[in-house]
Amino acid sequence: MTPVAAKLARTWLIGAIALRALRRNKMRSALTSLGIIIGVASVVAMLAVGNGARASIQKQVAALGQNLLAVFAGSSRTGGINAGAGSASTLTIGDAEAVEREISGVIAVSPEVTRGVQAIANGRNWSTTVAGESPDYLKIRDWALATGAMFTDRDVRTAAKIAVLGSKTANELFGPLDPIGQTVRIGNIPFVITGVLASKGAGIGGQNQDDRIVVPYTTAMRRITGDTYLRSFNVQVAESTEMTDVQREIAALLRQRHQLPADRADDFNIFNQKEIADTASTITGAITLLLGAIGSISLLVGGIGIMNIMLVSVTERTREIGIRMAVGARPGIVQLQFLCEAMLLSLIGGAIGVLLGVGISRLVQAVADFTPVVSTASVVLAFGVSCAIGVFFGFYPARKAARLDPIEALRYE
Amino acid sequence: MSSAAPAIELRSLSRVYRTDEVELRAVDDVSLTIEHGEFVAIMGASGSGKSTLMNTLGCLDRPTSGQYLLSGRTIADLDRAELALLRNRKIGFVFQSFNLLARTSALENVELPMLYADPLVSHRERRARATRALESVGLGARLQHVPSQLSGGQQQRVAIARALVTEPELLLADEPTGNLDSRTSIEIMGLLQAQNEVGLTVVMVTHELDIAAYCKRIVVMRDGKVIRDEVNRARRSAAVEISALNAAEQQAKLA
Repeated sequence: MTPVAAKLARTWLIGAIALRALRRNKMRSALTSLGIIIGVASVVAMLAVGNGARASIQKQVAALGQNLLAVFAGSSRTGGINAGAGSASTLTIGDAEAVEREISGVIAVSPEVTRGVQAIANGRNWSTTVAGESPDYLKIRDWALATGAMFTDRDVRTAAKIAVLGSKTANELFGPLDPIGQTVRIGNIPFVITGVLASKGAGIGGQNQDDRIVVPYTTAMRRITGDTYLRSFNVQVAESTEMTDVQREIAALLRQRHQLPADRADDFNIFNQKEIADTASTITGAITLLLGAIGSISLLVGGIGIMNIMLVSVTERTREIGIRMAVGARPGIVQLQFLCEAMLLSLIGGAIGVLLGVGISRLVQAVADFTPVVSTASVVLAFGVSCAIGVFFGFYPARKAARLDPIEALRYE
Repeated sequence: MSSAAPAIELRSLSRVYRTDEVELRAVDDVSLTIEHGEFVAIMGASGSGKSTLMNTLGCLDRPTSGQYLLSGRTIADLDRAELALLRNRKIGFVFQSFNLLARTSALENVELPMLYADPLVSHRERRARATRALESVGLGARLQHVPSQLSGGQQQRVAIARALVTEPELLLADEPTGNLDSRTSIEIMGLLQAQNEVGLTVVMVTHELDIAAYCKRIVVMRDGKVIRDEVNRARRSAAVEISALNAAEQQAKLA
């Protein structure tokens, strides 16, 4: 046998000795592993929940649309009561058209007015939101139609009474029936339904985006809200790298159009989707880190548990160590045996912990409305750390065992 | 290693324990030669230094001064790992309290020294040799029994099998019959005598004169020194006594 093969064979043999020693004390071995099992399982599960939450939020931010800037009218103040963003009468259709016309990098603009309404159709009625938009709205929001067609620019110009329903609204009003060509009455005004939107799910605020009726903004302003001012308009930018520049240019243009002196604050707010995405990503990253840290602490506690039990074990098995040394076990081999025992405990615990962590993630998936993501990296990390813990926390007890004096050890009661 | 060298040669060997102020000379300037094939009893009261001497002979401990030559080789300059290897190859131990691994079968207990052998012994050979060793001490039918399922005498037989399985040059027995009844003690001494008959050097510590009587030579210690060292002229034979006992039992049954 070559020296390397002999060394391997000897290590294998010591591993077998360690495994045999662990099997002799099944209960203690299981309890020791439990610390690592819980630690690894919590790291895997917590990271999975964190990653899942991050992915879910990123998906929601992406669902806002592609490279989206939302310009809101500023807040109006009446006698100290702030009515909130979009309530001031400062944004006009002219502003929206100017932005589309004058700022390069802008590829689409959709003016927006919204109003809560009671819709009646098919003998049912449903409280929902009317959104006055331009035909570009679908493109900006990266939204598809389930059936039918969107209204056109011509419909906007003529303020046509045409409506596109959100999937939930369509379902509430028509159930399984096809709403295309049907009429929906909003405040006694009949609208012809030309399309139904694809389902988009909950938005960032948790509101259901599928519960709405989209109509041309001109129609909404003239026939439903009666306003001449916009609540907001959405702007789509060609390149995500240009978003900050475009945001600045829109601000400058609007200040100029609103004739704001330099010492007055903006009377509008611009929300940058990229900023929202970045903020969300930072927050979810922090949450993931926090969850991972909590898991790591339990892993550390598990490691200390292994050291604790191994130390007790060395004391308890002093006589066994003495016997092994008397019949010729070298100190190095005794040390390796105890190190192997600690590593096996953490390895087995780590493997069970990974399975348990995946199981917990599945359980979370069943009760929560997002999908935890068990990443290979987190599994490798948790498993690797648990092995390292075995070596680290097993080393001291193993050295203690190796340093025992065989005579004292044999005499130990 | 020359075969002419004695099995054990001690030259002015001392083992001194020092606490803060007190100096205890547990073994004090002992010179002793034991040839191959001898069967020596080391006797003495507790505290006479016989156990310390035994630990030194077993390479579990190193002398403070003087020389210990095992088959002509000095062990003073060996480190702990080298001493362990030496114990593994050349020395078999039998203890008063058996010192078997609990919850471990007789077979695995006997395999234990071979796990630490260098070069390695294959799994199959370990099993075969351990089985043979257990058969030679009359436990061929109890290979899978764990110590708690065995009587004291049987446990000591397992321990003897473990000591013999590596075919050592020297068997050291520390009060091997101390925990056994008289009949079982005779059986155990019979095993040791039989091994000695086929050439194994045996050194045994005991404080019982009737157990020492099975040996060929008796060394008596007091206060760390050898005070008497003589050939045992009235040697008992365990084999003869056992057959006599069996005959007596047989007669008692017939009567």
